Amino acid sequence: MERDDIIEYSLDAHHSEEDGRKIRRKIWMVTALLAVVTAIEVLVGAYWKEWFPGAWTAVKWAFVFLTLVKATYIVMTFMHLGDERRNIRAIILLPYALFILYLLWIALMESNFVHWSWSTMQ
Amino acid sequence: MAGDATKTLSNDVLWGGGRSPFSISYGKMMMWFFLVSDALTFSGLLVAYGFVRHSTLEAWPIGEEVFRALPGLSGSYPLIYVALMTAILIFSSVTMVLAVEAGHRMDKKGVIKWMFLTVLGGAFFVGSQAWEWSHFIHGGGGYITTADGSKYWVHNDTHDTHDPANAPGFHLVAAQPGHYLIPAEGTHHLDHDASLKLWNERVNYVDGANMTRNEYGPPQYANFFFFITGFHGFHVFSGVVINIIVLIMAIQGVFHRRGHYEMIEKAGLYWHFVDLVWVFVFTFFYLL
Repeated sequence: MERDDIIEYSLDAHHSEEDGRKIRRKIWMVTALLAVVTAIEVLVGAYWKEWFPGAWTAVKWAFVFLTLVKATYIVMTFMHLGDERRNIRAIILLPYALFILYLLWIALMESNFVHWSWSTMQ
Repeated sequence: MAGDATKTLSNDVLWGGGRSPFSISYGKMMMWFFLVSDALTFSGLLVAYGFVRHSTLEAWPIGEEVFRALPGLSGSYPLIYVALMTAILIFSSVTMVLAVEAGHRMDKKGVIKWMFLTVLGGAFFVGSQAWEWSHFIHGGGGYITTADGSKYWVHNDTHDTHDPANAPGFHLVAAQPGHYLIPAEGTHHLDHDASLKLWNERVNYVDGANMTRNEYGPPQYANFFFFITGFHGFHVFSGVVINIIVLIMAIQGVFHRRGHYEMIEKAGLYWHFVDLVWVFVFTFFYLL
């Protein structure tokens, strides 16, 4: 049965040849950025001992930061979440962030405690 | 893309509150909800990995020491193969977003071209992962543990792991305590007789990897490797199947008759998500 009360939202996503050129330019820019960040991560991962001896904590946090940068570009540009309405962005990202921050916090607390109690048993 | 954030809608189709808060189709919204739940699953796996790694007292293997082989080459290429897999997946993500863009211009030929390249990239990734698993399971010769707890790597010319002591070129190399994959400082390859003596006095011999023990480190290391990369690999495989189905539909002109290519967008969301997960697996399993 055809329903006439359903809006076809995807038609609003159609764009012209000229807009397409701009969008493709942006896609390739993001591609270059992701490739460069990955190359940096691999090189630092393979040679950090020679390049930054003893700075493992800083290297580790740099990896986490670069990963979040890559994830933001993938979600916002490739998955077009940045082009959606604020409401849909919020109901996707906020509940997820809430659960994961809580999970990370509790897992770190607990594993620290487990590590400490095992080391006292030896 | 921009949705109809700026468009005025007829009151007949709006929600009870007189607004259309999301401006997004049912299919896309449900795909997003599925991806959030799937993301929670993957986060649970990675957090569990972090928990075990953080709480363990044993030495944990280091990514650039475990993953440093390339197919058909000997020598050490730390992380290069994983980087190649990452590049393949990122580029197949790019071809996917280009397919979506072509769909927004109703460019059927463009959609088919980019979707085909996306399928190809995905297939390459699954194949690479199969090689990596095979390499991980077969290992690099294995090590023995002696009665005093020290570990020695087993070498021979033919990479024989069934009866290594009788293979040509058999000898042992002392491993660094806590870093079984790295030769101890100042040690050289032991000669054949000393190697044979230690071999005959060994407590155990671990070679390659399975679910109960592995030559890289604690058993949980291989278990998490199999589970996390396996679960991700299964997502890639199902993504390739979905992309093939969508590609066939695009070739048949189903979406062109429908008047829009939103199905490419929905398959694309899933495909980008697979890439997104790999970005995190790459950092937290291979780099850290």
